[in-house]
Amino acid sequence: MVNVTPSVQDALKGIRVDEDATTATDEIAITVPTAAASSTPQDEPSGDDLVFDVSELSVFYGDFRAVRDVNMKIRRNEITAMIGPSGCGKSTVLRSFNRMNDLIPTARVAGNLLYRGVDLYDERVDPVEVRRRIGMVFQKPNPFPKSIYDNVAYGPRVAGRKKGLDEVVESSLRKAALWDEVKDRLQDSAIGLSGGQQQRLSIARAIAVDPEVLLMDEPCSALDPIATARIEELMAEIKAEYTILIVTHNMQQAARVSDRTAFFSVELDEANDRRTGLLVEYTDTAKLFSNPDDERTENYITGRFG
Amino acid sequence: MAMATIGNNGAARRVEDEIFKQGRDLRGAGFRMVLLAALAVSTLILIVLLVQVLTDGWPVIDERFGDFWSGTLRSRSSDDALGISQGIAGSFWIAVFVAVLAFPIGISAAVYLEEYAPRNWLTSVIDIAIRNLAGVPSVVYGLLGLFLFVKTRDGNSSLMAGGITLAILVLPIVVITAAEAIRAVPSSLKEGAFGVGATKWDVIRSQVLPFAAPGILTGTLLSLSRAVGEAAPLILVGAITGRLAPRDGSFFGADQFFDRFTAMPIVIVGWVQQSGRDEGFAAAAGAAIVVLLAFVILMNSGAVLLRNYFEKKRG
Ligand SMILES: Nc1ncnc2c1ncn2[C@@H]1O[C@H](COP(=O)(O)OP(=O)(O)OP(=O)(O)O)[C@@H](O)[C@H]1O
Ligand SMILES: [Mg+2]
Repeated sequence: MVNVTPSVQDALKGIRVDEDATTATDEIAITVPTAAASSTPQDEPSGDDLVFDVSELSVFYGDFRAVRDVNMKIRRNEITAMIGPSGCGKSTVLRSFNRMNDLIPTARVAGNLLYRGVDLYDERVDPVEVRRRIGMVFQKPNPFPKSIYDNVAYGPRVAGRKKGLDEVVESSLRKAALWDEVKDRLQDSAIGLSGGQQQRLSIARAIAVDPEVLLMDEPCSALDPIATARIEELMAEIKAEYTILIVTHNMQQAARVSDRTAFFSVELDEANDRRTGLLVEYTDTAKLFSNPDDERTENYITGRFG
Repeated sequence: MAMATIGNNGAARRVEDEIFKQGRDLRGAGFRMVLLAALAVSTLILIVLLVQVLTDGWPVIDERFGDFWSGTLRSRSSDDALGISQGIAGSFWIAVFVAVLAFPIGISAAVYLEEYAPRNWLTSVIDIAIRNLAGVPSVVYGLLGLFLFVKTRDGNSSLMAGGITLAILVLPIVVITAAEAIRAVPSSLKEGAFGVGATKWDVIRSQVLPFAAPGILTGTLLSLSRAVGEAAPLILVGAITGRLAPRDGSFFGADQFFDRFTAMPIVIVGWVQQSGRDEGFAAAAGAAIVVLLAFVILMNSGAVLLRNYFEKKRG
């Protein structure tokens, strides 16, 4: 039995959590990581260490089941990579972690997705609060048609913050390896940035609200090796404070940065002749890349995927 | 280099033969000519119209524009006090009614339809209905205004009746253009805002409306010039023409919204009718048309300028 701190209750406004429900953490532990936080993953995480507990998750678009059989336990302060061929549902799964799929009218989620013990799809959950806690960097850069400054300050502003924005903007841009390039033109339109700069701006915008979890959908696909390396460094730096899920097509990147890797694949659904994605294997990154259990994983990582 | 060759499959061909223009795009060129011709025809018609109106009205504008502007409706065209002040005042207030009624209601309805309403058969029906309403002939709106706002007031037509009728007339146009502008907001923008914890209201206020503003603005201003140029519904609602016009040309007055009124298109129609018995009215009508056209062009240029300004602002 664990106590429920106000932070969790804030996060999931309106949810009455039973006395004996699990979840919750010590606020301080989020900002000042304990030694255990960054240690090697245990096999059965529980309590504080378990951020997401996903079981038998499927995501549908209308009648079409885009992805099925997702079972994952996501640990706190770890980087989890999601890899797999195009169209296997990585983005779809990632977007279900912060209720971003709500914005697609046809999208529907089945199965269980617990965030620190609370069902994210409980109808009492406020998706806005979820997204303040679980930030997202999208597959395509999507700067707002505003100044660079206003882009980064947007999240803190909608959260009601008025003071100290300059500091937030600067530190977020620094973390995203963009500060030096834009510090003299913060008031210029973000639309004028290059694609790679825009992507780093999206990252700065996401970390400006100081989320607990960061969902990153191919954050480096438009970046040069130097900026990519900087983003990977950033992930390593902030790992102590955040829990990160990253979709990537770059297997070296997954191997470099992540603690655990989920391999997704696609299979033909005999019933309706459509390709449905599924989670094939989810385990320690080192193990997945050196000694995978599943033959399909092995084929994919060795480049034999058809 | 002129003799450079490509030897793909043995046959030597000069590069010039391959990459120089060879006039292959004949259909494209033809299509372009058709487009150009269409543009020329419409421009030509416009020019003929303008020349005609200007030559008709020029004497009035040239010789006595000040008096014409401040004058009122008269029974004889030779009357020195003949002028358009009542029409200008009426049209001004009609524009105000449209701006105050049709714009907020129309834009709000569009935001609701695009951002809040669920996508189901009911909203599709509403959508189609609004589109059909935009195509309904304007006389029908005049009939509606006549029954709703005039008959219920013992047959007294008023400026308010005319203004509301025209506001209703352009409402569907405002809704459609605003809805289209809102629909064109990229979903990635909205997702980006939602992704950092914005509420729906935040997203609409800070992303959707600013992005859609140029489109909404153009639509509303165009609908305004449409309303200002409409004659048919006003004739039905009963704008008074000719010597019956009771109002002076002042813009403000105690009872003016409930008074009888006239407007520029009505003034023009009236004078054209009277030009049969009194030729001098043709010149007056021409001059009035020039004034109305000038206003419409002014408003439309304003729309374009504002749109460009907002588009530049959004980057
Ligand atoms: N909004 C949508 N409506 C309907 N189907 C969708 C939608 N978004 C994605 N899909 C479908 O869901 C499946 C998974 O798509 P998803 O974008 O999650 O793949 P992905 O693994 O991220 O691919 P990529 O590596 O190319 O980004 C695909 O078959 C795709 O066509
Ligand atoms: Mg994707």
